[in-house]
Amino acid sequence: MAQERTLPVFNATDALVTAEEGLTIYEDMVLGRYFEDKCAEMYYRGRMFGFVHLYNGQEAVSSGVIKCLRTDDYVCSTYRDHVHALSVGVPARNVMAELFGKETGCSKGRGGSMHLFSAEHNLLGGFAFIGEGIPVALGAAFQSHYRRNALGDAAADQVTACFFGDGTTNNGQFFECLNMAALWQLPIIFVVENNKWAIGMAHDRASSQTEIYKKASVFGMTGVEVDGMDVLAVRGAALEAVRRARAGEGPTLIECLTYRFRGHSLADPDELRSKEEKEEWLARDPLKRFETYLLQQNLVKGSDLKAIRDRIQTLVDEAVTFAEQSPEPDPSELYRYIFAER
Amino acid sequence: MADTLLFNALREAVDEEMGRDDTVFVLGEDVGVYGGSYKVTKGLYEKYGEFRVLDTPIAENSFTGMAVGAAMTGLRPIIEGMNMGFLLLAFNQIANNAGMLRYTSGGNYKIPMVIRGPGGVGRQLGAEHSQRLEAYFQAVPGLKIVACSTPYNAKGLLKSAIRDNNPVLFFEHVLLYNLKEDLPDHEYLVPLDQAEVVRPGEDVTLLTYSRMRHHAMQAAKKLEQKGFDPEVIDLISLKPLDFDTIGASIKKTHRVIVVEECMKTGGIGAEIVASINDRFFDELDAPVLRLSSQDIPTPYNGKLESLTIVQPQKIEEAVEKMMALQI
Repeated sequence: MAQERTLPVFNATDALVTAEEGLTIYEDMVLGRYFEDKCAEMYYRGRMFGFVHLYNGQEAVSSGVIKCLRTDDYVCSTYRDHVHALSVGVPARNVMAELFGKETGCSKGRGGSMHLFSAEHNLLGGFAFIGEGIPVALGAAFQSHYRRNALGDAAADQVTACFFGDGTTNNGQFFECLNMAALWQLPIIFVVENNKWAIGMAHDRASSQTEIYKKASVFGMTGVEVDGMDVLAVRGAALEAVRRARAGEGPTLIECLTYRFRGHSLADPDELRSKEEKEEWLARDPLKRFETYLLQQNLVKGSDLKAIRDRIQTLVDEAVTFAEQSPEPDPSELYRYIFAER
Repeated sequence: MADTLLFNALREAVDEEMGRDDTVFVLGEDVGVYGGSYKVTKGLYEKYGEFRVLDTPIAENSFTGMAVGAAMTGLRPIIEGMNMGFLLLAFNQIANNAGMLRYTSGGNYKIPMVIRGPGGVGRQLGAEHSQRLEAYFQAVPGLKIVACSTPYNAKGLLKSAIRDNNPVLFFEHVLLYNLKEDLPDHEYLVPLDQAEVVRPGEDVTLLTYSRMRHHAMQAAKKLEQKGFDPEVIDLISLKPLDFDTIGASIKKTHRVIVVEECMKTGGIGAEIVASINDRFFDELDAPVLRLSSQDIPTPYNGKLESLTIVQPQKIEEAVEKMMALQI
């Protein structure tokens, strides 16, 4: 079992939320959780195929970061991308339809679980190979920087949030892109979701420096670690990173200490992680923790939260119905989208 | 206009397109302050500044991916591969993201980018600097692959490539940068998807590209003196292939020799032969012949190197032999 790092202490007063913000974040986290639970059900019932990587347990990261962003900011994800797509606002039914391989999917049924895209929502993708999304995210950040500095467009202050896991931080593209982001002071946030495990490779067996946030300092970049099971801790770090990026003060690396409650993918028997480790992290469930916070602070009523849970369950169920009833791609369009049509 | 060297023709193309569209920018190793290893971007850093002529660290896969991200979000990057061989280090970004992302995204994004630079076998540059990546990349869906061969087509093709809304791999040849040609004073474009009939003829079709066009033309001159009339076609577009031009020529000559600088195994010619068999088999009076580089890492030694690539004499002999076949 990997050694447990002491979770950073977080002062909640740094990131107080209003009732409205709290409900928005809560709803996003519930959506992420319920959507993924439904995916597992659909996968085991043979309704979706391929490699499906679920996000259960890591919801505080997606909601904590993405709910700090504007709609014109950019988000870049990995193969574990369903919940990032939901957080940026891709409708659940279009994500579900994609997983069912339908024409109404956000990638028209051509992408699948690991290749979710939505230009409308500035979702740069689901990138299936380790590390390959980081340069693409860097390119989006460079684009904003270019418009602002080379073309003089003062309104081009968009920020790019780039998500990836602990395993990726041993890959060259991670280091190459941290270097360029710091070199050019690009408006990008590197969000490391350190869930302690690649597939069967424990982080401390793969990395000589397990405290990933420290790797930022080599590039003169701000690196922070946060309790990735606490959405307000993530939000607090993200708000500061977004502020800095938007102000032209450059990139930030945020290491979120988190955990996935399921195997690497639904094809992973998940036999290497110990029962004790799993139970310890399950006890920190970010959804329950935030719910408790909202109630203890008297920000919301229990009935408000239940109403959200009921609404989201209905929405997820409707997403499945939509996906099931949607048409498959037309075989006559097998070659469509290879090249731009104009 | 005075004679223009090929590398200057390319620079004019980049300069004109950068002047025309401020989303066009250049990135790569030593493209800025240094002016490019073959001086294709000389003076552009001074003219357009550090963002539009961006000197990158030596990180091919990452700066290529960065260009993909910039292209997805509305810019039009031109990557210079200092040597095209270096782009093996960017294979993942070129294949998975530049090539396939438009499709896997169901058309959400388009990727208007050009990846250009010197390829081919030079003079004793050693194996790694003498690569012909067009053969390696031809199987990747979503890429257009173009090879220029003269100052005229270099300029017109590069301008078209920059305006295209798809990723274009644009091959220059390390030994052709100093070719000279009188270029038009007016602006012109050369279409990316059309082969060029360099020398019309009746006897046999020589399908070639890049530097081998010039070897084929040297051979054609000798063959002409011997009474042969070969048709020389510069493919220009290696993907997709221009089967209209290729087919029209085969219907006339009924004989084809492919002359290529890539290696024979899995080369451009291999694809051409297979496609000709699919499409024009009934038109053929002889099996299609491939003259390709040897299937070896390009040796440093000058004599061995010249034995590695196709020399004009070999083309002459092949044409004579094919024409001697009893039909």
